[in-house]
Amino acid sequence: MNLPSHSETSASRFSRSEAMIAAAAREIHDGELVFVGMRLPLIAFAVAKRTHAPGATGLYENGVMRDTPAPELLYTMSDPPNHLHATQCGDMLSVMALLQQGRINVGFLGAGEVDRFGNINTLWGSRKGQQIRLPGSGGACDIASLSQRTVVLLEHDRQRLVQSVGHMTSPGNGTGNGWRRTQGLPARSGPSAIITTMGVMRFGEDGEAYLASIHPGTNVEEVLSSTGWTLRVADDLSVTPEPTKQELAVIRDIDPNHLWTRS
Amino acid sequence: MKETLQQTGRASKLVSMREAIAEHVPSGSMVLLGAQLEHMVPFAAGHELIRQGRRDLTLVGPISDILFDQMIGAGCVSRVMAAWVGNASAGTAYCFRRAVEQKIPRAVETVDHSNLTIALALHAAAIGVPFMPTYTTLGSDLLKRNGNLREFASPVNEERLVAVRALRPDVAIVQVQRCDAAGNAHLWGSLGVAIDGARASRKIILVAGEVVAPEVIASDPNRTLIPGFLVTAVVHEPWGAHPSPVQGYYGRDQAFFQEYHDQTRNLDNFEHWLAAWVSHVPTRAAYLQRLGHSRAEALKVRNHAPSVPVEFGF
Repeated sequence: MNLPSHSETSASRFSRSEAMIAAAAREIHDGELVFVGMRLPLIAFAVAKRTHAPGATGLYENGVMRDTPAPELLYTMSDPPNHLHATQCGDMLSVMALLQQGRINVGFLGAGEVDRFGNINTLWGSRKGQQIRLPGSGGACDIASLSQRTVVLLEHDRQRLVQSVGHMTSPGNGTGNGWRRTQGLPARSGPSAIITTMGVMRFGEDGEAYLASIHPGTNVEEVLSSTGWTLRVADDLSVTPEPTKQELAVIRDIDPNHLWTRS
Repeated sequence: MKETLQQTGRASKLVSMREAIAEHVPSGSMVLLGAQLEHMVPFAAGHELIRQGRRDLTLVGPISDILFDQMIGAGCVSRVMAAWVGNASAGTAYCFRRAVEQKIPRAVETVDHSNLTIALALHAAAIGVPFMPTYTTLGSDLLKRNGNLREFASPVNEERLVAVRALRPDVAIVQVQRCDAAGNAHLWGSLGVAIDGARASRKIILVAGEVVAPEVIASDPNRTLIPGFLVTAVVHEPWGAHPSPVQGYYGRDQAFFQEYHDQTRNLDNFEHWLAAWVSHVPTRAAYLQRLGHSRAEALKVRNHAPSVPVEFGF
């Protein structure tokens, strides 16, 4: 495999989480309806809005819909800056109804664990063989069940990218191609990408994830050894485009103290 | 107009927090709290439940932020029906974990929902039907393990759907920006499941930052999202939602959530936290004193942005 090499200085101009956010922002197309979620996706949405997707509208499960980025860093979706000048402040059912209608183009999710079919666990984790109770679904199961495209963001770690999730809190492709339809999930729905601190995975015809691109500053061996299953690699594997100056400027404007973008 | 409103004979439902909790939320109740997600979490009410030593409560809510964690840690709770229990900005809620993983201070049963299934469960009760149909959770382990979610064949087409059983809490405790003494309430900002949650519940306790004249509420009936005739009790409790925000009144005290996270990692530290902020703080006024005037002042609205009044004349 011939990949362009990246010097240390090139990659160290941005953190891995910044590379992940920039890649996530590019999953949003102009004019789309986006289920935003929390933390890193909040920043990715703002990056998209202020760069290539000014016409995107963000929806939040608390009932907020807005077509301008919030004026300040949000710690949660219900912080007062997210209500100011919103397109609409409604209730949960009013936004979830749009999701169930199939109108939401892309939904972002975090994950405790994600597996090779894009199934997500946010309910029971394990650490050193001990079961850890995680907070639960929140809106994740709804977003994963009902958005046209689901994008999962998480740190790339063997313990978190696993062969098979311990609890399928939010469905990806289940056990492979066709599984979603047999369960009754909407035809136009399902996982589109897993974006980590090392690369971007997409899904093949068989419903399994493969490595589509690696972020600058990492290499395939590192990605494979940090993944808990034998990850397939695309024949045309590419390097994720570096975050642009403009993208980095937005990320750092929103998170100047690197609360969520340190590593 | 004043006379007209007075002629309705609406009785005042104003009581103290202590009275409202004592009278309407006995041990064993199913209680909806935190209906607006991270917005307007009724912390003062939760703290009073802890001080009055309630046991065996079932907590209902979409996501709770740290209020559920505090009540679980204080031993008030035997069951949680929620989509998410944690600390919204910091992640883990340690008391919840200790209870579920180690039965400390007691075992807590979890009935795990998604946000949409909680919303639909309350909506079903709010519109008076036994269930609501949905596609969400199909194929998931939430569906397999939650008895209130049942797969069924659609009677009108060939689809399979999930029936979400109606959920009727004994009492909804809802923080609102302002209401009149009869409980007609104005809410704004994100609403979460507050409207359906209130209507679904047998009793409603409103916790209001401000109690205003009936004329103020009547001036904008589209903003009256909970009608007073459904409300059981009204508690006037300024700063009742701190550290969560109340749009137009005060912002989120982010440091408080982080401090709670840092100070409740182990059981001893949690008990110290609980004594300092709840058990040894008899009233919300005393809580505010402990919080400090300058910390509260710093959370008040800095950049005012009032909405433009609408014309209701004819």
